[in-house]
Amino acid sequence: MAARRLSSLLSRSLAASSSSGSASLLSSLGRSSGCGKSIHRFSTAAAEELIIPPVQINYTQNLINGQFVDAVSGKTFPTYDPRTGEVIAHVAEGDAEDINLAVAAARKAFDEGPWPRMTAYERSRILLRFADLVEKHNDELAALETWNNGKPYEQAAKSELPLLIRLFHYYAGWADKIHGLTVPADGDYHVQTLHEPIGVAGQIIPWNFPLVMFAWKVGPALACGNTIVLKTAEQTPLTALFVAKLFHEAGLPPGVLNIVSGYGPTAGAALASHMDVDKLAFTGSTDTGKIVLELAARSNLKPVTLELGGKSPFIVCEDADVDKAVELAHFALFFNQGQCCCAGSRTYVHERVHDEFIEKAKARAVRRVVGDPFKKGVEQGPQIDSEQFEKVLRYIRSGIKSNATLECGGDRFGSKGYFIQPTVFSNVQDDMLIAQDEIFGPVQSIFKFKDLDEVIRRANATRYGLAAGVFTKNLDTANTLTRALRAGTVWVNCFDVFDAAIPFGGYKMSGIGREKGIYSLNNYLQVKAVITPLKKAAWL
Amino acid sequence: MGSHGNDNLESSVKIPTIKFTKLFVNGEFVDSISGFNLSLSLCDRSISMFLLVCHVDKEDVDLAVNAARHAFDDGPWPRMPGSERAKRMMKFADLIDQNVEELAALDTLDAGKLFSMGKAVDIPSSADTLRYYAGAADKIHGDVLKMSREFHAYTLHEPIGVVGHIIPWNFPTTLFFLKVSPALAAGCTMIVKPAEQTPLSALYYAHLAKLAGIPDGVLNVVTGFGPTAGAAICSHMDIDAVSFTGSTEVGRIVMKAAAESNLKVVSLELGGKSPLIIFDDADVDMAAQLALIGILYNKGEICVASSRVYVQEGIYDKLVKKLVEMAKAWVVGDPFDPKVQQGPQVDKEQFDKILTYIEHGKREGATLLTGGKPLALGGKGYYVEPTIFAEVKEDMLIAKDEIFGPVLALAKFKTIDEAIKRANSTRYGLAAGIVTKDLDVANTVSRSLRAGTIWINCYFAFGNDCPFGGYKMSGFGKDSGLEALHKYLQVKSVVTPLYNSPWL
Repeated sequence: MAARRLSSLLSRSLAASSSSGSASLLSSLGRSSGCGKSIHRFSTAAAEELIIPPVQINYTQNLINGQFVDAVSGKTFPTYDPRTGEVIAHVAEGDAEDINLAVAAARKAFDEGPWPRMTAYERSRILLRFADLVEKHNDELAALETWNNGKPYEQAAKSELPLLIRLFHYYAGWADKIHGLTVPADGDYHVQTLHEPIGVAGQIIPWNFPLVMFAWKVGPALACGNTIVLKTAEQTPLTALFVAKLFHEAGLPPGVLNIVSGYGPTAGAALASHMDVDKLAFTGSTDTGKIVLELAARSNLKPVTLELGGKSPFIVCEDADVDKAVELAHFALFFNQGQCCCAGSRTYVHERVHDEFIEKAKARAVRRVVGDPFKKGVEQGPQIDSEQFEKVLRYIRSGIKSNATLECGGDRFGSKGYFIQPTVFSNVQDDMLIAQDEIFGPVQSIFKFKDLDEVIRRANATRYGLAAGVFTKNLDTANTLTRALRAGTVWVNCFDVFDAAIPFGGYKMSGIGREKGIYSLNNYLQVKAVITPLKKAAWL
Repeated sequence: MGSHGNDNLESSVKIPTIKFTKLFVNGEFVDSISGFNLSLSLCDRSISMFLLVCHVDKEDVDLAVNAARHAFDDGPWPRMPGSERAKRMMKFADLIDQNVEELAALDTLDAGKLFSMGKAVDIPSSADTLRYYAGAADKIHGDVLKMSREFHAYTLHEPIGVVGHIIPWNFPTTLFFLKVSPALAAGCTMIVKPAEQTPLSALYYAHLAKLAGIPDGVLNVVTGFGPTAGAAICSHMDIDAVSFTGSTEVGRIVMKAAAESNLKVVSLELGGKSPLIIFDDADVDMAAQLALIGILYNKGEICVASSRVYVQEGIYDKLVKKLVEMAKAWVVGDPFDPKVQQGPQVDKEQFDKILTYIEHGKREGATLLTGGKPLALGGKGYYVEPTIFAEVKEDMLIAKDEIFGPVLALAKFKTIDEAIKRANSTRYGLAAGIVTKDLDVANTVSRSLRAGTIWINCYFAFGNDCPFGGYKMSGFGKDSGLEALHKYLQVKSVVTPLYNSPWL
């Protein structure tokens, strides 16, 4: 209750004049507020006593060949608490030399080690044991994730850690069911396909869901019998080291999973261009994805999976359940501080329900509870770092400048850390920058549309194609939109439904390939066709 | 002939207290309605033990089906996510691992199976089977289809409903889980009828299932005889599928009962007379070992036993010499004794049947190379010497019928074509073995044999991911692998028109 009160929202107009907050604000206040009119008071999360994370940072070195080691250069880099911008640990800074060591370890573990040679069932048991260990350390890991990333602790503990556990259960189940085919060839031949592990996988993961992204990458790669060099995001190096330690406790042989912390242009680039890495999987921005693909092309033509940016439409049709659509559109955008590649960042609302929708969407955003992510009931923590924080604020200014209507929010929240007010723009036009670029922050843009063909055209008029939301009760509308939208995921009357079994990935410049589900296995398998003549075949 | 283990053995194995002898319906152990018990004679060793186990009738089956029906139609099991079913199945598997010793003892008491094998193989590998299917429970995919007009269509793979499993006595644990695990993963509810000889471990598993969080009514176990309990299952109007493992003659009755009642889906895993073909280029030691294990494993009480061994003329003499030596060294005796390789046959009926076949073999003119007699260990028990007949012809009874005992029929052949022809001249088609180093021979023979499993340079190479089931009168439908999962699924096609689709 206190948390809710303390973290109430403030509007742009008062942000500058408010100093530290009295803790008197009611969550209902926002409901009557028009932008810049009503009285907003707030208390910054930073002004409050921040909760001390109930976890210690034990692992800061690179994990190579089963050992925690310093960077070859001896260098470290600071990692921060985004609530305050303060340093919480110094982490070994891997660069090309460390990547070389990690790749050599992974290479050896693949070429000579037990991992690809043990039975798939034994591999599955190790994955299951790992999942059990993570479950045991659930709260600790969630605390570390929140501390380093700023996401609500409840979200990390009750939704993301269980997702990771579920994913490893899921891929453990695949390990012993990876089937090749016997193939009917034209002629007297016996033909089979062997689905072999692809080798050493290089994986580069982002900071927005450090553990979930770890799971998406590592789960299928290990289930298929590969070895891995994983580079974490420089903003969030901590939890991957912790879980990788647990993996070794679960019986993972040394060298199978190597973790290097470091920056993209050094460590990341070295991994992407390494001649002994057989496969690369990257999740991050479209710009970086291009570089990764180029490095792979220039080096050894390693196949690349890319899961990149998005500007996903969320389409509310005239027959939609408006209240539900408002809530889900809000969730689709603001979830994880808006730092989701599949955020529903273009909300298209049919003109007949548009005004009602705006009112309710604004009211919902104003009610959003921002504050210390460790506090119960807090829905939104800080953005990840000052760079993202500044970038989001720049986009907000751009939206205002281009004459979109600022319904609420529009500025930083509080005076310390990287908190941003939940921000809603209406009257957004397709050609505005906020309609085109991935903002990656708590900024909702609402558009108006008249008919289905129009919204299909507009929704598809983007270089991205990661996901889409469709809100309608009409079966035919749902089917038409589902097929017409050029996006890798379409959520109909729901959003952000993630499950280990559901493939995820982008059309167009949102990426290449699919992760999760049975589809992700293909990323980590080579197909070998084996052909031999048949003598006197009983049948063909 | 057939040396034997210590026959006044004071077993080091603790005979467990028998905890469960009632039937298990809707999550509870209950008495049968009739109140009748069947008397179970436990593994005939030096001490005779008898135990009363509930004897189930049609009325008891009705109750169990009601429970399963209710659990399927209204209960949580088919309605929970596959991952949740998986979680409980994983727990079930862990509970089995925690009780290995007791479970192995139950199967040894019931069926005379080797305790050491049960403990090291049958019981733990059944936990593995559960885990395999737990891993499949959240991977039951339908297809989205390509229609030739403007339609959106997809398939749903739904659980088939209430399943009846009827399992035999030779592998009480293994077969229990070969049937139950995929059906659980699919989201079915079920009634299991173990063989009347071997009900104890099944009841114990029902108890563990409950502890693991499998909801009441999902897994029911009824103990009783085929003509009463089994027949009631096969002809029940509220059972959607029946899965049977046993003899071909009973399989026929099962199918007939299904046909005459509600046309329930039937899968049958029946008898076999599986050939093992040894070519001239084979490694003699390896081939002899495979031939021996192929017939003597589990006292020959295994449907895939390699009961016909065809040996190419060039290697014949060497191989037979080796094989006979090995058979003579084989240790028969108390199955609780870790040195023993072969226990007693399951009961007097089987024992007598085997001896009758041996007499047939002699009369029909086959050459008895070794064995051929019962082994009297302390004057008790149903022990049979490892027995090898040579010069067996396809028209002899010992080459045609499934003996289900340690009796091997040997024959000599000249060419591949001859071997294929003779190996296929059987009404069965469960499995076959090939021993050769020649790739082309292996491939040709693999495709030519009309059998559900072909083992090349190995035998009994079962695996959870490897479908298993027969051709011809060995049955239809597969156990093991993802194929078995599909036995317990219905396919529903869903079709709706599409408007303005940008692609078809």
